[in-house]
Amino acid sequence: MTDVGKTARPTSGAPEPGAEGLDARLVVDRGAFRLDVALTAAPGDVVALLGPNGAGKTTALRALAGLVPLTGGHLRLDGAALERTPPESRPVGVVFQDYLLFPHLSALDNVAFGPRCQGAGKAAARAQAAEWLDRMGLAGHAAAKPRKLSGGQAQRVALARALATRPRLLLLDEPLAALDARTRLDVRAQLRRHLADFQAVAVLVTHDPLDAMVLADHLVVVEDGRTVQEGAPGDIARRPRTDYIAHLVGLNLFKGRSEGRTVRVGDGPVVTTTEELTGPVFVAFPPSAVTLHREPPTASSARNLWRCEVAGLETHGDRIRADLTGELPLAADLTTVAAAELDLHPGATVWAAVKAVQTHAYPA
Amino acid sequence: MTSPHDEPAAVAAPPAGEPRRRVRPGSRRGVPLPLLVPALLGLAFLVLPLIALLIRTPWHSLPDQLTSPGVWQALRLSLVCATAATAVSLVIGVPLAWLLARVEFPGRGLVRALVTLPLVLPPVVGGVALLMALGRNGVVGRYLDSWFGITLPFTTVGVVLAEAFVAMPFLVISVEGTLRAADPRYEEAATTLGASRFTAFRRVTLPLIAPGIAAGAVLAWARALGEFGATITFAGNFPGRTQTMPLAVYLALQSDPAAAIALSLVLLVVSVAVLAGLRDRWMTAS
Repeated sequence: MTDVGKTARPTSGAPEPGAEGLDARLVVDRGAFRLDVALTAAPGDVVALLGPNGAGKTTALRALAGLVPLTGGHLRLDGAALERTPPESRPVGVVFQDYLLFPHLSALDNVAFGPRCQGAGKAAARAQAAEWLDRMGLAGHAAAKPRKLSGGQAQRVALARALATRPRLLLLDEPLAALDARTRLDVRAQLRRHLADFQAVAVLVTHDPLDAMVLADHLVVVEDGRTVQEGAPGDIARRPRTDYIAHLVGLNLFKGRSEGRTVRVGDGPVVTTTEELTGPVFVAFPPSAVTLHREPPTASSARNLWRCEVAGLETHGDRIRADLTGELPLAADLTTVAAAELDLHPGATVWAAVKAVQTHAYPA
Repeated sequence: MTSPHDEPAAVAAPPAGEPRRRVRPGSRRGVPLPLLVPALLGLAFLVLPLIALLIRTPWHSLPDQLTSPGVWQALRLSLVCATAATAVSLVIGVPLAWLLARVEFPGRGLVRALVTLPLVLPPVVGGVALLMALGRNGVVGRYLDSWFGITLPFTTVGVVLAEAFVAMPFLVISVEGTLRAADPRYEEAATTLGASRFTAFRRVTLPLIAPGIAAGAVLAWARALGEFGATITFAGNFPGRTQTMPLAVYLALQSDPAAAIALSLVLLVVSVAVLAGLRDRWMTAS
């Protein structure tokens, strides 16, 4: 059952090596949809499940919490099997997407709810709750009803409520999605600090790559119920393996076969790179590396040149993102001035140039 | 509190800037006659009998009528029985509503239909059915009688049962509707905090649906208070024991119409009070 002895991961002073932390393979069959995701994490780790809507991230989280039964796989937390444990008996805390603070209870009683359910007396539970609120910088809002709290405050109350049960696994479902852009920055920084203090495993679900990169030290990218890539945030950002991730981190990504320094994408166009590789590879470059021309450039030093057609234009801050179709479907970023000078409009024919040094190829 | 705000749009347009006034589209202009005439007729049909009751009320002898021991006896019995029937409905009706709203089980639709049936069943039939079940020779009643010596029909407890039978569906339907509208994820949040399903219900769901329960209870109480058919069939018409207000009204109408009118007036006042209590919930809901 356990692979004691085979495990190579060193764990600090634990009686059973490999038993600490989370070890799960979550299989949930739901008619046409099947979730099958493996997750492992050591205490102190923050794992982010990143993926598009409908990928099964929230289902995975609910399965960890016991709100959705597993149809297969396993779930061990600190060595204890939890597959058949009802949610109220799991040492798991959840911060829900819209927090689900009990509207009829004050912030204090919301946080005291967990300790009360675990058998603490009313006064003791409230004392613990007050301590948690204090830690979250919310001591002044203990008596407030949830509807009187701002989004950021409600989020911290929800976090305090989840942590007050002293969980061994903390689950956060889109913890920042309900906040406006300005609050988000603050709350993200605070959440990062609280997660860093948290001694057990934290798993968060998000569709926002920035949240995932800032908050987590391990990313699991889920698409269509399956893990498509996992690793450190930086690695995933540099070396995306699917269109979804490439799009998230703002990269043009192509899969092809490399021979030397040229990568042939499918049967068609060729991308010249600087890496010497042979066999199936990914090649990626940021939209800002693409320069556009209305006529084939004669004096360009760029090694890559493709004929494309503008499919759409979109404003991104002070830049314009051009969506291109043609030989290679591309995204290109250019300044508003450049877009105006080029007279870009949907349907316009353009030449896209990319320098070889700005591309990055890696084995597929 | 908000009396001028929610009256029909027939009143003159409000002064500009009056808050909370709902502007209804196309308010008064151009109401076609084929709609206006039947509408006014309908209004008159509903309101005229009540006005007639007020007109014919023997106001000068009213204090005497209302202080006669028979009236007080019937009124007190009505209030006690309706309240007891509501209590019974709450204790077994709220869990039933929860079951219907939150637990998936085979035949749930059928169960809901059965629960709703007393709403449309003629109350007299309900009374007969109760007799068949709980009467001295009833399916269950005979054992209650022979084993425990408990007799239910033609007792005050019988009145409570008859009223609860007729009134409880109102409560169940109302509470079930509120439960369905309430977010079940609050219960999930409670379980992740270590609450058993029952604790989650008691400490989270119940407070959240309290307004719906209160409204359902008032509705059930009003229905129980006016119950006639099932009560007279199952519990009979014994003054002081099973003769509630509606029964007393009916009886008095044959011997002493003035007393019947006075009793009716009391029930009308109670009804208006109930409506006033529910005003915020229903009158403003449209």
